[in-house]
Amino acid sequence: MSEPVIKCQSVYKIFGANAERMLKEANGNVDAKTFQENGCIVGVNNASFEVSKGEMLVVMGLSGSGKSTLLRCISRLTDATGGKIFIEGQDLLNLNNKELIELRRNKMGMVFQSFALLPHKTVLENIAFPLQIKGIKTENSINKAMDMVKLVGLDGRENYFPRELSGGQQQRVGIARSLAVEPDIWFLDEPFSALDPLIRKEMQDEFLRLQEKLQKTIMFITHDFDEALKLADRIAIMKDGIIEQLDTPANIVLNPATEYVRKFTEEVPREKVLLIKDVMDEITSDNMGDIKVSKDEIIENVAEKILTQEKTVAVTDGKNNIVGSINPAKIINTVFGGRKNNH
Amino acid sequence: MELLKKYPKLFQWLFLLAVFFALCFAIDVPETYKFIRGQAEFVKDPNQSAFVFLGKEVRYYAFDVFWRLPPLLGWLPIWINDSLFFLMNDWMPMEFWNEDTQEYKTRPLVLQITRNLTAFMTFLIELIREILLGGLETIVAFTSWDWIDANPWAELPGLPWTIVAAGSAILAYKLGGKGLALYALLSMTYISIFGQWKPSMQTLSFILVAAPLSFIFGLGLGVAAYKSKRVEKALYPILLVMQTMPQYAVLVPALVLFGVGDHAAVIITMIVAVPPMILLTLLGLRAVPPEVIEAGRMSGCSNWQLMSKVLIPTARRDILIGVNQVIMVCFSMAVISAFIGAKGLGFNLLLALNQLNIGLALEAGLCISLIAILLDKMSLAWANKQVDYFGNLNFFQRNKNSLFFGVIVIVGILLAYFGSIYFKDGYNYLFEVPHNKGISTADFWNKGVDWIFDTFFVYIKAFNTWLIVDVLQPMRALYLRMPAVATLVLVVGAGYLIGGVRSALVVCGLTLFIALSPWWDRALVTTYMATFGVLVSCTIGFTVGTLCFQNKHSTNFMLNVCDIFQTFPSFVYLIPVMMLFGITDTSVLIAVIVYATIPATRYTIEGLRSVPAGLHDAATMSGVTKFQRLFKIEFPLAFPHMMLGLNQTIVFALFMVIIGAFIGTEDLGQYILKALSDKKGAGIGLTLGICVAFIGLIFDNLIRTWVGQRKKHLGID
Ligand SMILES: Nc1ncnc2c1ncn2[C@@H]1O[C@H](COP(=O)(O)OP(=O)(O)O)[C@@H](O)[C@H]1O
Ligand SMILES: [Mg+2]
Repeated sequence: MSEPVIKCQSVYKIFGANAERMLKEANGNVDAKTFQENGCIVGVNNASFEVSKGEMLVVMGLSGSGKSTLLRCISRLTDATGGKIFIEGQDLLNLNNKELIELRRNKMGMVFQSFALLPHKTVLENIAFPLQIKGIKTENSINKAMDMVKLVGLDGRENYFPRELSGGQQQRVGIARSLAVEPDIWFLDEPFSALDPLIRKEMQDEFLRLQEKLQKTIMFITHDFDEALKLADRIAIMKDGIIEQLDTPANIVLNPATEYVRKFTEEVPREKVLLIKDVMDEITSDNMGDIKVSKDEIIENVAEKILTQEKTVAVTDGKNNIVGSINPAKIINTVFGGRKNNH
Repeated sequence: MELLKKYPKLFQWLFLLAVFFALCFAIDVPETYKFIRGQAEFVKDPNQSAFVFLGKEVRYYAFDVFWRLPPLLGWLPIWINDSLFFLMNDWMPMEFWNEDTQEYKTRPLVLQITRNLTAFMTFLIELIREILLGGLETIVAFTSWDWIDANPWAELPGLPWTIVAAGSAILAYKLGGKGLALYALLSMTYISIFGQWKPSMQTLSFILVAAPLSFIFGLGLGVAAYKSKRVEKALYPILLVMQTMPQYAVLVPALVLFGVGDHAAVIITMIVAVPPMILLTLLGLRAVPPEVIEAGRMSGCSNWQLMSKVLIPTARRDILIGVNQVIMVCFSMAVISAFIGAKGLGFNLLLALNQLNIGLALEAGLCISLIAILLDKMSLAWANKQVDYFGNLNFFQRNKNSLFFGVIVIVGILLAYFGSIYFKDGYNYLFEVPHNKGISTADFWNKGVDWIFDTFFVYIKAFNTWLIVDVLQPMRALYLRMPAVATLVLVVGAGYLIGGVRSALVVCGLTLFIALSPWWDRALVTTYMATFGVLVSCTIGFTVGTLCFQNKHSTNFMLNVCDIFQTFPSFVYLIPVMMLFGITDTSVLIAVIVYATIPATRYTIEGLRSVPAGLHDAATMSGVTKFQRLFKIEFPLAFPHMMLGLNQTIVFALFMVIIGAFIGTEDLGQYILKALSDKKGAGIGLTLGICVAFIGLIFDNLIRTWVGQRKKHLGID
């Protein structure tokens, strides 16, 4: 496998006057409580993970759990107190100011919860802003920005001011702005949290459509577990600055690593999360019917098909080879069965 | 006992008042006490006591310390003065190259710096002035007097007024559209036709130097303070004092440092105008949401780009208010600095007021106000303007305004040329209408004033007498009757009850400074005048504001009126009152009231407006009458905001009281005015200014602390 796009090694972020000294003395054993007694707040506690190219990592956690802080460390909006961060192999914390600006101008895009548009610029100017900062000629940057306006479906409103747009439209501008420089890495910090549920769903679908097309490497932050499940390739669940578990949605639902994670997953409708391959059995010698299902289907989509069968159904991979089997009882068990003791 | 538990604060206040009055009655007026002369006047009198501190002898009339504290700070003005002179004349002498004599000369460093600064300012002012009016100083600055004698053609002729008027209209059009252009054209034409062209352009050239420089320095320092905590900490006390320092007071030290003339005026104006600009810049930058800053960083902004393209534009609203303030202060100073020899409308205004020629004063005042409003609106329009960058316009479209201006220049010059042939009497009206050849309405106004005086003399006199004898003099006597200790107890107690020990200490320090200065009595008079003005202003302002707020149109109308009135330089307010009441305390007080009512009204309206609309609806739904809503919901919630208005009202009132010294009042202002013509006045002027500033700061501290707590209590921020 090629090199990961983002790589974090024991990243710490501690706020407070003598954070660095305290961290050194703690010797990698950071306890939020003792730090707090000494006037330090632990934002991120020993975060290690990798994100590979084209992957979408969703960071999930309650408000105040350190998600934004982690993202800020990786975009170096704030300097991590300890640990190492590599962006495409470059040591982020060793970049000087100029290299950092270059990196942001070409590789990174970011979307903010409160949209963070420039109030004195129109939609078009806002989107063209990163390009003009880069020093691209006005005409070219405007043309490029116009493409972005079309991409997020705001044509006809390019000369509006942010205050004249609805929340959803403003976030489209935010998204267009972050994409204008065609970054490889895309950071989104609770981009849809400030929106109404209906608009949020619409924006999520739109976002998936965009990602299908663009295939960026993404770190997406949310406090909404459903949103995480819907979008993620992998999910990291944070609590008090610690990443409690980082895994695929299915594994998190099936094998919660801690009590905290298990609580989250309790109410989740499994059939919406799990794929056939997550629950299928070995190839059996049972009599299997003609019906076959793909191992990458979400259970919900094929449940009816399987349940109407009396027998075990064959599971295939992408090349139509049979790789496993599944019987109706298993489906029923997964959907309704004891949520506490799977498998 | 029940009551005491229910309203502990109320009883604490009552107790404080009781102590205060007890002290007032317990301490008798000393027999030797006579107002004013009871204080140190730097005259020798065998009845005086004296002490020596830092080598300075301070003489004063000694009283019981409970009645008046001894002027232990009496050495401060003398010491400031000596230090200034030492700095100017003896400190760090250095060798400097002299162009004129072609040799090295020894000069103190400070003197050299101020001389260079002076030369630079003079050059800037002359440059603009000569573009507008003609002259040869600028050419001389680049060449020499000999050269200009040999080449008399090189003298700048100045622009014909037609070009300036049309040019400002075009600029106004480009910035703010047709309405503004029309206003610019009309006011410029008015100024020219009524023969005020020359002084107006002199004033304008002064403003065009002072305002941009103040803006740049204010913005720069504001940005520096935003970036560095240390700079902010260093600037903060200066900013605080400057906010309440009367503009008069800065004149005197500047006189010592920079001498007399327009350049000194510009420098003083900057000293006064920069602090509010810094404060508002800082305020605006602080209010930029952190996510916007991060968005800027993630867009790849360098520090410079972040400041110029993200932070400053986002903070534009507050910075704009700063610009507005700068312009207001500049026009105010344009008049005040006539005291130290600035030319232009301000000088004419002061002269006319001095001669009691109300008509002339009115004309000059009107011109200043017209220009002030024009510049104010233009700067607003400029800041609100969007940069249009679409490159698909052709050459003509892109440059139509410049081209049009080019045409205007040619037409104007041709007109002026024809004028020079046509007008045989020697005055080319199409070039410049001379000062005494324009239409003048002065006689009309003067006759009007005479008429008013003749017709209403009895009533005005009766009112005047009643006010002075039955209201003002008793009030003044009451203030002066307060023993110093009682006042101190009252102020410190109030500080403690409002803001705890910290507030009490701050207020105590400020009051002690005034009490230990030689001018406690004068300060009491200043305070009495300000108090009277503030009481009346607030009553009017709160009433008018509340009434206007009942209707959307009247609200907007009133805010606009406030805007316009605020643009008038403070001195202008003295004209109509002198028209009616002549040279009396009544005049000053009425000017104070009119001037200070502006912030009172504005903050009342804005306070009421800041009450969330949701609360209105909720109240209406629960069947509350309009009156109940006003008193139970709107007033309590708007009160913190309104109190900030009170703060401004006090500052405005103090300024006007001090300016009122020009008409002749017996307070601190009079001494400041005196110090202006005193060779050793710098120290006195500055100390007096600080005294006035401290009076303002005492109230400022108390009100702000109270508002802060109130806001926390109400959960608004
Ligand atoms: N600049 C800061 N200074 C001090 N503490 C901070 C700062 N920024 C965040 N924190 C603290 O770090 C913790 C994590 O915050 P954040 O990353 O914003 O949480 P999330 O984005 O998950 O809601 C919180 O307890 C917050 O109070
Ligand atoms: Mg967050």
